[in-house]
Amino acid sequence: MLNIPWNSRDHKRSFVAMTKRRDFLKSGAVAAGAIVASRLLRPADALASLVPESADIEKLLLQAVDAMRSAGASFADARIGRYRRQTISTREQQIVNVVDTDTIGIGVRALVRGTWGFAGTRDLTPDGVSKAVREAIAIAKANRIPGAEPVALAPGEKHGRVSWKSAYATDPWDVALEEKAQLLFKANAEALKVPSVRFVQGSMSFVKEEKHYANTDGSIISQTIIRSDLPYTVTAVAPDNSDSQSRGNGVQPMGRGYEYVLEQDLPTKARYWGEQAAEKLKAKSVEAGVYDMILTPSNLFLTIHESLGHSTELDRALGHEANMAGTSFLAPPREKLGTFRVGSDIMNIQGDRSQPGACATIGYDDDGIKPDDFLLIKNGIFNDYQTTRELAPTLDWWYKKQGRPTRSHGNCHADSWNSVQFQRMPNVSLLPGDKDIGLNDIVAATDKGIVMYSRGTYSIDQQRYNAQFGAQVCYEVRGGKIVGQLKDVAYQMRTPDFWGSMDMIGGKNSYELGATFSDGKGEPGQTSAVSHGCVPSRFKNLTVINTGRTR
Amino acid sequence: MTRDEARALIERVVKLSKADGVQVSLAAGDEKNIRFADNRITTSGTASDVSVRIFSAFGKRHAVASTNDISDAGLERSVRQSETLARLAPEDPEALPLLGAQTYRDVRSHFASSANVSAEARARAAAITLDAAKAAGDLKAAGLLVTTNGIDALGNGSGLFAYHPSTTVDFTTTIRTADGTGSGWAGANHRDWSRIDFKATSDRAIAKARLSRNPTAIEPGRYTVILEPQAVGDLVSLMAGALDARSAEEGRSAFSKPGGGTKLAEKIVDERVSFVSDPADAAILSTPFDNDGQPLSRQVWVENGVLKNLGYSRFWAQKQGKVATGSPSSLKLEGGTESLEDIIKSTQRGVLVTRFWYIRPVNQRTLLFTGLTRDGTFMVEDGKISRPVKNMRFNESPLFMLGKLEAIGRPVRLSGDSSGLVMPAIRVRDFAFTSLSDAV
Repeated sequence: MLNIPWNSRDHKRSFVAMTKRRDFLKSGAVAAGAIVASRLLRPADALASLVPESADIEKLLLQAVDAMRSAGASFADARIGRYRRQTISTREQQIVNVVDTDTIGIGVRALVRGTWGFAGTRDLTPDGVSKAVREAIAIAKANRIPGAEPVALAPGEKHGRVSWKSAYATDPWDVALEEKAQLLFKANAEALKVPSVRFVQGSMSFVKEEKHYANTDGSIISQTIIRSDLPYTVTAVAPDNSDSQSRGNGVQPMGRGYEYVLEQDLPTKARYWGEQAAEKLKAKSVEAGVYDMILTPSNLFLTIHESLGHSTELDRALGHEANMAGTSFLAPPREKLGTFRVGSDIMNIQGDRSQPGACATIGYDDDGIKPDDFLLIKNGIFNDYQTTRELAPTLDWWYKKQGRPTRSHGNCHADSWNSVQFQRMPNVSLLPGDKDIGLNDIVAATDKGIVMYSRGTYSIDQQRYNAQFGAQVCYEVRGGKIVGQLKDVAYQMRTPDFWGSMDMIGGKNSYELGATFSDGKGEPGQTSAVSHGCVPSRFKNLTVINTGRTR
Repeated sequence: MTRDEARALIERVVKLSKADGVQVSLAAGDEKNIRFADNRITTSGTASDVSVRIFSAFGKRHAVASTNDISDAGLERSVRQSETLARLAPEDPEALPLLGAQTYRDVRSHFASSANVSAEARARAAAITLDAAKAAGDLKAAGLLVTTNGIDALGNGSGLFAYHPSTTVDFTTTIRTADGTGSGWAGANHRDWSRIDFKATSDRAIAKARLSRNPTAIEPGRYTVILEPQAVGDLVSLMAGALDARSAEEGRSAFSKPGGGTKLAEKIVDERVSFVSDPADAAILSTPFDNDGQPLSRQVWVENGVLKNLGYSRFWAQKQGKVATGSPSSLKLEGGTESLEDIIKSTQRGVLVTRFWYIRPVNQRTLLFTGLTRDGTFMVEDGKISRPVKNMRFNESPLFMLGKLEAIGRPVRLSGDSSGLVMPAIRVRDFAFTSLSDAV
């Protein structure tokens, strides 16, 4: 969809189709979105008219699951979810927008003779649910192709009635709007104190998901998830308008509440980012060539996400995403698992949904499975894929060989009640090295290099081989010392060569989480939030290009 | 939702409001899809929803709340929420009064043929591609068919009311060869189901998949390229954001002039290039009003290579003494009369690109972007496609590119992510490819 942005601040959402934006990782921009309650309107009150009583929720879920079972479903599940978003956007000393969205409904999914059907409706009445069930069953039947391989699921889990809540201390919906806006204004004012800083865009975005799930395995799961994001960009402009440089993406999104926002000390950081943007106007334009790249966690997380997070998705490897997101260089599974060297032997990549505060951390996935921690890459060798109950059985041979039972890693996710769940990325993290070293040690050991901070430009092909990454701020390293800021820097790489060139990594004291708030996948497009833990790391002899050309 | 139902719902909200100003954006409808991959149907579903967005203003304070609960209690709750937030929000010095009644053009975007496509009809349409791929034996098909049927409406306490029903049908497919060395993409999009040719679309993707098998590498560098309409849309749509008058006048866009001012009235690209937005264009048929309720008429941005107009929001227009342009949701690059085949025929040596992928900004001042070719990249020699080549990464600007134009074809309506765009195939010289990709 074309989005021409100079119109009103109220980005209207069009009907369902149009809300499913297919863009991939959104760059720092605030997604249009969201509503909410302040102290004057407590969540409990707000819930009153919107969400049925919890007994009613359970009744509707079980009605749906039972009806699908009676209609011939071998497996069925139902999700009632309330999804809220609040976004406060400011520029300089003015408010741009306050938007609060709230949506609730039910999605029902049935597997009938090996074929899926799904329907979602906002009508949370017994009649509405019956209609959705009939629709899901009709789709499953219409889509059955004679002779097609039926979908077979990995074992389910019977959890009974359980609940889970993410690692937040302060619900952002319990904090007054004024307080949030004032914090942004204070930070913006600090940034504007830097002489050449002319523009500041500061926003806060919060997500709250209240999800209720039931399936034919006998689980009734309730979860509450909160995530916070602070998109913030400071722009400095040269006195004669001949150049403008920005510094953004300084704060990582997190699966935490308003306490995380307060911990950031935004005013101090905003001033610092302003100084960096101003310095960037005068920075030396990089000389294209070969450099040792020192990537800090705020920058490296995105490279992990793009090159390893997406390539280890089993649905991609099997071709399920061929029409949009693409396939994977880690395919076919039989030729790669256990043998393909992705990187150097100090490389261990873990998939999990358990790190507290990480964006993809949850108690139970949208298949009703409790996720486990697993190694995607072990000592540089490809070891496993991200899976759901539908996908895991295709790796029976591999799990048998490993002496492990076949089970889903719990990577099934839908971004709303009205979208169908499928395989989404867990947190995918680079584990720290054994030596207790940090960024300073790596810089000191480097003769000709560049240090990169925060996500900048990024682009990767549909099989995740060839990529190009920039950063928000880059520093030149000469003879073991940082000598000054550089601009117009981007490195180009081929995934296995890049990871093969990693020769130094930080220890556990240098481990940090980076994250993306809205990662795109699937058709119609869905978003998800995911974190990537990592340590400062060095990559030898990468090709750096200069992105500053003018014709 | 009918016009009367939409008006009644908006009026219910307006009556509930105690704010100085209230405006309601309403969107309602169904989305139905079928998805296939690996030669079988994977997931499919339907979703039916309503979205009511309530803008409340007290003086210069304002906020928006939205809900999909349209019961009396649900609407009241959301109105109060919107008002509570608006009262708490700091004053916005750029706040403007709401628009009063407007006159809109009548654009027919709703087609009965697309409004009620059954699960069986969707499955039959998908089967056209699936059957062809399975029959071939060495092909794997993936794709998506989505139909939507809904309305957009807008109304406020100052007499404004706008209503627009629409349908869409969007079909895209990617065919890969079973050996993993070839891939071809094709898409079709229209308001009218009967205008979608599933067979022709899937044949195009199949032909590209076969032709793209076992590509060889060429050295990255500057090449003459023939971009198919989809590839042109992928790059040219990125110029839309830079047409914003405010960022140009504030010195932070590609259309800012060093030393101050904008490039308005300057020649910015080849003289054969004109950009137009027109919701009533038969190839577009989009909503004749924008989010503020401003009527959208035909708007010319670039004419014969000269930057004619920049986009003015209501606030910026008032501040600068200009007329607000409205915010269009469509963009047409008016072209010539040549077909893609004609352009290929007249090419001595060049790279033919089906579409681009993962395009991201590299330099906002020059509109330099990076991205990769995908799903059908070929060498053209002596007027013919001579062989498939490996995908490549580019670092290029649509502005530079349209200044190096050699040929321009007939504009066509694009599909998928690019709906709302109408683009021709073009040929340009010295397009910058910077590295090779092993991806197929």
